[in-house]
Amino acid sequence: MSLGENRWEGKQNHKPRPGQMEVTSIFKSYGMGPLRQKVIEDCSFNLESGKLTVLIGPSGCGKTTLINILAGYETVDSGSVKIDGEPVKGPGWDRLVVFQETALFPWMTTLENVMYGHLVRRERGRKELEEEAMDLLKKVGLAEFRDKYPLQLSGGMQRRAELVRALINTPKVMMMDEPFRGLDAMTRELMQEYYVRLFEENQVTNLFVTSELEEAIFLADRLIILSNRPARVRKIITIDLPRPREFHALTSKEYLDYKREALEILHAEAMKAFAGGSRVAVADFLEAFAELGKKPEEKREASP
Amino acid sequence: MPTQNPAPSSAGSWNTIPDAIFNKTAYRGIIAIVLAILFWETAARLSFPVIGKIPAPSSVIASMNNLVRDTYYWESWLVSFKRVFLGFIVAQIVGIPLGLLMGIRRYFRDLTFPIIEVMRPIPPLAWVPTAVIFWPTPEMSMTFVTFLGAFFTMVLNILGGVRNIDIRYVRAARSLGSSDRDIFWRIVLPATLPSLFTGMTVGMGITWEVVVAAEMIASRSGLGFLTWKSYVAGDFPAIVIGMISIGVAGYISSSLIRYAGSRLTPWLKVI
Repeated sequence: MSLGENRWEGKQNHKPRPGQMEVTSIFKSYGMGPLRQKVIEDCSFNLESGKLTVLIGPSGCGKTTLINILAGYETVDSGSVKIDGEPVKGPGWDRLVVFQETALFPWMTTLENVMYGHLVRRERGRKELEEEAMDLLKKVGLAEFRDKYPLQLSGGMQRRAELVRALINTPKVMMMDEPFRGLDAMTRELMQEYYVRLFEENQVTNLFVTSELEEAIFLADRLIILSNRPARVRKIITIDLPRPREFHALTSKEYLDYKREALEILHAEAMKAFAGGSRVAVADFLEAFAELGKKPEEKREASP
Repeated sequence: MPTQNPAPSSAGSWNTIPDAIFNKTAYRGIIAIVLAILFWETAARLSFPVIGKIPAPSSVIASMNNLVRDTYYWESWLVSFKRVFLGFIVAQIVGIPLGLLMGIRRYFRDLTFPIIEVMRPIPPLAWVPTAVIFWPTPEMSMTFVTFLGAFFTMVLNILGGVRNIDIRYVRAARSLGSSDRDIFWRIVLPATLPSLFTGMTVGMGITWEVVVAAEMIASRSGLGFLTWKSYVAGDFPAIVIGMISIGVAGYISSSLIRYAGSRLTPWLKVI
């Protein structure tokens, strides 16, 4: 699956941008008084320019909230979020999110969805824009679906269309909120491979949120492991596997070492939750934990 | 994989107005209607209890023969259609912006919603006496009552439609650089269209119910009055013709709305 030339070279509208994000000791809670629920507590990390950072943590630990804060949809109680030194003040097309499940506009065709950003910002002529959109759609195999509505596309196609809708705006940071959740195993694997190629060719800062460890290590340059709710950073592991990533890397010794290291931390997290007596948290966590443990074996049997 | 050419489904893929009225579903319906008429004729001939008292289709058709040559009959159609559409259109002009505004402006919604909720359960027909007193002409009071029939349904359907918009659409649009105006015209409005047309279809049904009843009470014209007058005159076949005419008129009206709906929400008919 070739994606052709680097799309970040020679862009007319944007200078090459670093896309470095700094998240400094942010706190976030919902509700008031005794119902107050801490979601994020003293959470700090960086997104390094041009790197793929993966956030992993048990489901319900506050990952989506974190994405919403970075995207500017939600505010923090305290702490700061900066992109290239500038505080994040609200949503902007320098930071684009690919949501869980599809957020393509159902009333627009694939092509209209892809062109939406540029059209509302009135930056470029329709003809030129349409050509670029078609080029991108061709690369993801959706050219002949340009006039179809999202409901006419399969789950995998919707994801690809959504990736293109974000990419065409050349954001500084792409944020993926469990984007492949809900896809069948086969499609999911294809999308992971496709996504990692796309990243390797474009080298745009990426934040990828997942609760699946295998996916996390396969994709990541840096792996940030979050604690159970309230979310804080447990550990940051630099994943030094060769790029381009191939699926057979999942059987290498290095991969298994990373996995062991990550699982140990996640296990310690589960024990802490257990000691804390939060039954729900423990049940949730063990479920997520079991999920984390079992996937690689299943996958390895399936892949050559 | 999606189908390249989705087969026209029985409901929702009409490209022309005749398609919207005469389609496969309609033909099946016609068969049922023909069977019902046959049953009705038999019932009348054999004097079944209760249902046998209704004039037989044959006598209705005979009487229809005279009536369709009478301009008075067609004027009744015209008058009722005028009242329905006038009231309906005013309900759209007032109700759509109101519903949208209530949906997107919380302050305005908090102010207006209680009033709407108190007024809504009052049946439009309960408004007839007040309307007759308030409005200078009976025509205006009739249109007002018709308007009420569609108005509340429109407002509440649109309000519900706006409130149910998936937040991710708005967020995605914001991130991609939409202004408030873009959000309204390109996201809120199309996302609300399906509920808007649901409201219109329901509202159109209510306006016909209301107009017919209002004509019986407060008017000397229209299909409702024609039906009532035939009852008073003891012309039983004409009552049936009046009833059937109202049914057909309502069906044509809602077909027009379904047609408009399917043209304006093309993304919904693809599944």
